[in-house]
Amino acid sequence: MKILVCISHVPDTTSKINFVNGDTEFDTNGVQYVINPNDEFGLTRAIWFQEQQSANVTVVNVGGADTEPTLRKALAIGANEAIRVNATPTDGFFVAKQLAEVAKNGNYDLIICGKESLDYNGGMVPGMLASLLDANFVNSCIDLKVDGNSAKAIREIDGGKETVSTSLPLVIGGQKGLVEEKDLRIPNMRGIMTARTKVLTVLEPVAADNKTKSVKFEKPAPKSAVKLVSPDNLDELINLLHNEAKVI
Amino acid sequence: MSLLIYAESVEGKFKKVAFELASYAKKVAESLGTSVTAVTVNAGDVSELSKYGVDKVLKVTNDKLKNFNAKAYADVIKQAAQKENAKVILLSSTTDSLYLAPIVAVGLDAGFASNVVGLPLSTSPFQVKRNSFSNKAFTITEIESDVKVLGLAKNSYGVFESASSTSQEDFSPSLNDADFNVKVESVDRTTGKVTIADADIVVSGGRGLKGPENWGMIEELASVLGAATACSKPVSDLGWRPHSEHVGQTGKPVATNLYIAVGISGAIQHIAGINSSKVKVVINSDAEAPFFKVADYGVVGDAFDIVPRLTQKLKEFKAQNS
Ligand SMILES: Cc1cc2nc3c(=O)[nH]c(=O)nc-3n(C[C@H](O)[C@H](O)[C@H](O)COP(=O)(O)OP(=O)(O)OC[C@H]3O[C@@H](n4cnc5c(N)ncnc54)[C@H](O)[C@@H]3O)c2cc1C
Repeated sequence: MKILVCISHVPDTTSKINFVNGDTEFDTNGVQYVINPNDEFGLTRAIWFQEQQSANVTVVNVGGADTEPTLRKALAIGANEAIRVNATPTDGFFVAKQLAEVAKNGNYDLIICGKESLDYNGGMVPGMLASLLDANFVNSCIDLKVDGNSAKAIREIDGGKETVSTSLPLVIGGQKGLVEEKDLRIPNMRGIMTARTKVLTVLEPVAADNKTKSVKFEKPAPKSAVKLVSPDNLDELINLLHNEAKVI
Repeated sequence: MSLLIYAESVEGKFKKVAFELASYAKKVAESLGTSVTAVTVNAGDVSELSKYGVDKVLKVTNDKLKNFNAKAYADVIKQAAQKENAKVILLSSTTDSLYLAPIVAVGLDAGFASNVVGLPLSTSPFQVKRNSFSNKAFTITEIESDVKVLGLAKNSYGVFESASSTSQEDFSPSLNDADFNVKVESVDRTTGKVTIADADIVVSGGRGLKGPENWGMIEELASVLGAATACSKPVSDLGWRPHSEHVGQTGKPVATNLYIAVGISGAIQHIAGINSSKVKVVINSDAEAPFFKVADYGVVGDAFDIVPRLTQKLKEFKAQNS
């Protein structure tokens, strides 16, 4: 089985979010970048398929040269090879087009994405990619088993879960649950050393239009200070929730 | 030209988000000088939509669509949009709608903006404000394509009545076998409990509760308020509560009217997931807990003392006010 894992390179979850140039650009100053957490669950699941079912795992990112450390980290975790499509990701449709091109050329059986990346939170790349490839698609995937050409997946639904069966080629949008938190891999020294010698191919992007663009950013308005209520006066809390906030 | 909404239903009944979406669509349609058409799938009685300004309903009734199926449902919406010559297609942000929207967008060669939090800032060029950076910021997104797909964030607009006389039309889109390549084997829905996705109030517990055996008091508080229960990430990682209750940047987003956090420190990743909630109440023994910086109301003290007393007082309040 050939697996492609799409890796988004995102600010670490503790990052302070600021903007520059008249709030038109994200301020990368002092920001650490990581593998998008939803993708990390998918990558770990892919490595599981590699170890248990001899799958071959390629990771791919659409981004500038500055994203290579993130791809090297994925290689250190165990991916066999990496691809970087040399373009700045400006729109989900554009990214999906680039990934579709890579996927077609590599004949992958399974394509694992995270259900959304934690910077622009578009939640659109996995579904668009599946549509562009005309492949089967399971979103919000929290469990995946593959046997030959058949796949069984569990997806989260609002207020429960659903078990589905389908066939390869398959695209999934994965999230926490795909593997347990404790099973996430941290690169060890050996992994880091071997990652240096693994193949990282740089491809030029194919022509694709943007359908959306981010024109400006805003930060939420500052909050007024918390109203503290004494533990001995819980009636006051109920009063505030009822009469002031009007939520009970 | 028209504006199309997908009015989501479950087991024949509309979800509340369908009414929020209709209310929102009515307003957008006014600014575009057009009407609102809703497409429904196995929704039973659709007359309720007329309360919220829907002018026309395309009713799809089809046994094959009994279970949600993203590709087939996307095909339905796409054909409805083409039939109505809809240039703006609106969906909500439920798990199902988020699954569908990108497929619809590719099918219609449309740009898609998710997590939209208000009316378009401008319709020419078409610009919307959306939650991004895990609710730590907003992005103003311009959709440049002729056809536009929008996903409205939950509780970001509200439900507003606006009576209209609604026409109904049966609609039978053509579906092909490939639409059903992903087959539903079983559905496992939590019954008899308010779920985070539907709740207007959420009561959430963190590591400060010390262990799963202490969740009874969280459940009781939730039950008095008709609320859903939730938890912080370490609580679900430790197996005290199911993963489906983990809220935050890497868990579920919560956009409720009231969020009560008990024994949760307020780490940046937790706050990111609950920031869009309107009113936040924090109960924590540590007056320095970061959660107090983003809370509206706070009680500094021991949860084991406060929560049972608060529950008791709320019971009395409810008895007097119902
Ligand atoms: C990549 C990444 C993603 C993450 N994503 C998420 C996420 O989505 N959601 C999330 O929640 N976390 C997330 N986290 C974890 C986050 O950083 C915090 O570790 C977590 O939110 C802390 O949970 P907590 O507040 O329950 O526990 P703690 O930090 O242990 O805090 C417990 C709190 O309880 C209070 N307390 C203790 N005893 C009592 C008592 N008797 N009465 C009242 N209060 C008491 C304490 O004062 C303290 O404030 C993520 C972390 C990483 C690295």
